[in-house]
Amino acid sequence: MTESTGAPRSFQEIILRLQSYWASKGCAILQPYDMEVGAGTFHPATTLRALGSKPWAAAYVQPSRRPTDGRYGENPNRLQHYYQYQVLIKPSPPDLQELYLGSLRAIGVDDTLHDIRFVEDDWESPTLGAWGLGWEVWCDGMEVSQFTYFQQVGGHDCTPVSGELTYGLERLAMYILGVDHVMDMPYNDPQSPQPLTYGDVFKQTEQEYARWNFDVANTDVLLRHFEEAEAECALILSQEHMDPKTGKRIIMAHPAYDQCIKASHIFNLLDARGVISVTERQAYIGRVRALAKQCADAFVLTGAGGFEA
Amino acid sequence: MPDLLIELFSEEIPARMQARAAEDLKKRITDGLVEAGLTYAGAAALSTPRRLTLALEGLLAESPTVREERKGPKVGAPDKAIEGFLRGAGLTRDQLEERDTPKGAVYFALIEKPGRTAEAIIAEVLDATVRNFPWPKSMRWGAGSLRWVRPLHSILCILSDEEGARVVDLDIDGIAAGNTTRGHRFMAPDEITVTSFDDYTTKLKRAHVVLDPAERADAIWQDATNQAFASGLEVVDDKGLLAEVAGLVEWPVVLLGSIDEEFLALPPEVLQTSMKEHQKFFSVKNPKTGRIEKFVTVANRETADNGATILAGNQKVLSARLADAKFFWENDLRVAKSETGMNVWAEKLSNVTFHNKLGTQAARIDRIVALAREIAPVVGADADLAEQAARVAKADLSSEMVYEFPELQGLMGRYYAEAAGLPQEVANACEAHYSPLGPSDDVPSEAVSVAVALADKIDTLTGFWAIDEKPTGSKDPYALRRAALGVIRLILNNDLRLSLAEIFAKGYEGAEAADLLSFFHDRLKVFLRDQGIRHDVIDACIAMDGNDDLTLLVKRARALEDFLKTEDGGNLVQGFKRANNILSQAEEKDGVEYSYGADRKFAEDPAEIALFEALAAGEGAISSAIEAEDFAAAMGGLAALRAPVDAFFEAVQVNSDNQVVRRNRLNLLSDIRKRCGQVADLTLLEG
Repeated sequence: MTESTGAPRSFQEIILRLQSYWASKGCAILQPYDMEVGAGTFHPATTLRALGSKPWAAAYVQPSRRPTDGRYGENPNRLQHYYQYQVLIKPSPPDLQELYLGSLRAIGVDDTLHDIRFVEDDWESPTLGAWGLGWEVWCDGMEVSQFTYFQQVGGHDCTPVSGELTYGLERLAMYILGVDHVMDMPYNDPQSPQPLTYGDVFKQTEQEYARWNFDVANTDVLLRHFEEAEAECALILSQEHMDPKTGKRIIMAHPAYDQCIKASHIFNLLDARGVISVTERQAYIGRVRALAKQCADAFVLTGAGGFEA
Repeated sequence: MPDLLIELFSEEIPARMQARAAEDLKKRITDGLVEAGLTYAGAAALSTPRRLTLALEGLLAESPTVREERKGPKVGAPDKAIEGFLRGAGLTRDQLEERDTPKGAVYFALIEKPGRTAEAIIAEVLDATVRNFPWPKSMRWGAGSLRWVRPLHSILCILSDEEGARVVDLDIDGIAAGNTTRGHRFMAPDEITVTSFDDYTTKLKRAHVVLDPAERADAIWQDATNQAFASGLEVVDDKGLLAEVAGLVEWPVVLLGSIDEEFLALPPEVLQTSMKEHQKFFSVKNPKTGRIEKFVTVANRETADNGATILAGNQKVLSARLADAKFFWENDLRVAKSETGMNVWAEKLSNVTFHNKLGTQAARIDRIVALAREIAPVVGADADLAEQAARVAKADLSSEMVYEFPELQGLMGRYYAEAAGLPQEVANACEAHYSPLGPSDDVPSEAVSVAVALADKIDTLTGFWAIDEKPTGSKDPYALRRAALGVIRLILNNDLRLSLAEIFAKGYEGAEAADLLSFFHDRLKVFLRDQGIRHDVIDACIAMDGNDDLTLLVKRARALEDFLKTEDGGNLVQGFKRANNILSQAEEKDGVEYSYGADRKFAEDPAEIALFEALAAGEGAISSAIEAEDFAAAMGGLAALRAPVDAFFEAVQVNSDNQVVRRNRLNLLSDIRKRCGQVADLTLLEG
């Protein structure tokens, strides 16, 4: 693939250029995970693959949902559904900062004109039992990415350490394309026969989900789903490692982790509905973290977690 | 003598850690070198976001040879003992020396530790320093196990003298020391070879890196104030922000930007906080109106368009931030001006936990309201106003602005209370009741503010005392020491006369008042020590009645401190102590207390008679001075006793053979003790 040059013209062109850039740097370009998550980090390609000794390099777009951030599509840069671009490389290469700056150039950020800065920001995910050190990257005073060296995930030390890059795509694209309201941003090329803005694609869904998230979602059902996900996760992980049917050692870390993702998203929905008190909040986060930890414990016993029979 | 230059080059070091890290590098390296025998003439530690640098001048080229003599076992001792000694000394038997001692012939070992080269010692010390560096938080990266604050990329370590520079041979987890570094990440990223500290700083500057953080800070401040001045404006001073910004750039470029007209109506504190916290911008104000009209941002590079793109970007980000702030401000104002006003916010606080054993914020406010009413008359405040103020003082915690910027609590309360049309005293109390926050913070003086501030702090202190969550050692998670100091300063600055014990009794139920009072006394000692009052002077005053009235206590302590500084005062205390010692010994020996009062008719010596007269003359004057709380006059009264007391001890033997005379003299000493004891417990004074 050849790198496109000049300023990108649309949201999708920025995504395509990132895909092509990271592919050229040797990353496997994965597709989004097919479940509701709060951030690209939740994708098992990050959470689970950051564990164990096996090398890994992947990049992908991840649709992310934060129900409490819904603003019915009115706010210029707040959305309950948005896209993150995520890169995870294990072990973190020594030139990761340079690789990252290369990706900015690829999407049209000219670093001879802009002021790019690495500003301390320690990352922590209480629900994943994960933390790392790194920065938020500023371009002319705006945070355009999160740059983290993972130290722990699911309570396990990361050895080797993974380098994680997360780009908030809408915000970054708005900046590059010079757009003030996210809904006005060109989604495809404005010169195309059928030009579409971000609003054409997402304005209606933002309204629908904001209403559902804040006022309609059935909290009794959600609470029950949370409990069920938790129980299912425990049930999956309580199975014998040896599958009685095939006679193979099959530890079901991924199906269990799906339940953890589910519980986490349900917790976010309950939070948006305002039914979780301050004290309960900590307890719920602790319950999701316990699931994440058990899934991490299981994953490191599998082949991709570095286990060798 | 060679000079040493060390640079540890890494990915971006958090700004807040740089200065400390540079000092730690200097301390660890110089300590290690000196311990190994390498002294030096001078040291400088510097830092940028990407490097820690240490330059040592006039280092010894090698450590001196050390000779040591060790005494071993006796000649003829068992082989095992001798072999053990040889192992410890690292010698063979034929290298031992036999010497005759009074206890017989003994083996001696003469061990000579030859000096080592500076290179060898530096390599060792630097390796240990890097591996054990005291970062507040450190990390691993890649597949390695070395820890540093962020990935460490290269180590520059050279010794240079007249003959040139040589690299110190060393390798830490695959990072070999060299004589190269790099310039600015974007403006001069290529490798640079350096031969000395001067060469290094010169080449770095050419490569767009200012090594010295103080130089960067000065340059930023100079340029910012100049640019502001040119527009008739001035930069709002902020040392903390200046240091932080200087730690974010290697090549500071100051840019002055404008704030959109539509945001200029926001309270200046909101503008300032938003710009500082989110963007690290300095505020620039119009000295005539006090309004903040522009901002200063500091970029890390020069550009072909002289920063136009960078400034436009920063302005855009700021506008988005301020649009949020304006949205919060307008929403909050709507609530404050509505019929229910700030009460809606106060009610919301019933859903917010203050502490799980102390209930919700709403319950806490109810307690503060009740306490503020009780305190109001004591501080000269109207009880209804104090109640009203206490009721809304924390309501802004529910506002959108304070949710976004917690550091604006109180201040927003004042703005919103004003908007709601509440009395000015009430609005002022919303802001002032948090004060004073530290030993130098302003102390509120308006009665309503004082009442609410005291009620707030006393509720907190009695509450945490009741649930036994007191500060221990360095742990004080609820800032109770600060709260107690706040109470102390509120009382002293406003000359308030109140009994803390009585007020504690009206605070949170179940607090052990005596223990809390002694906590206050400890804080008071720390506070007064900083003002030059000795701790034993305070102790001497704490021992007196009414010690929970801090204004009285401090008045007494200041008078005593002044008194002790006079010649009469110092000598009188010596006389008092002498009298007290003689008396105490006699009382212990005789098993009685000499407190009958002395009778002048048994006085024999003229000095004794003079003392009687002096005591009689002063009688009543000291008591009435103390009654009137005129401690200076009371102490002055005591001063009159100094000469007669001295003369008495000079001329008179207390332990006379005549028992009647002896008892009378002891009773006389007891009168002195009693008289002095009216002022303070002088036995507690040191020296």
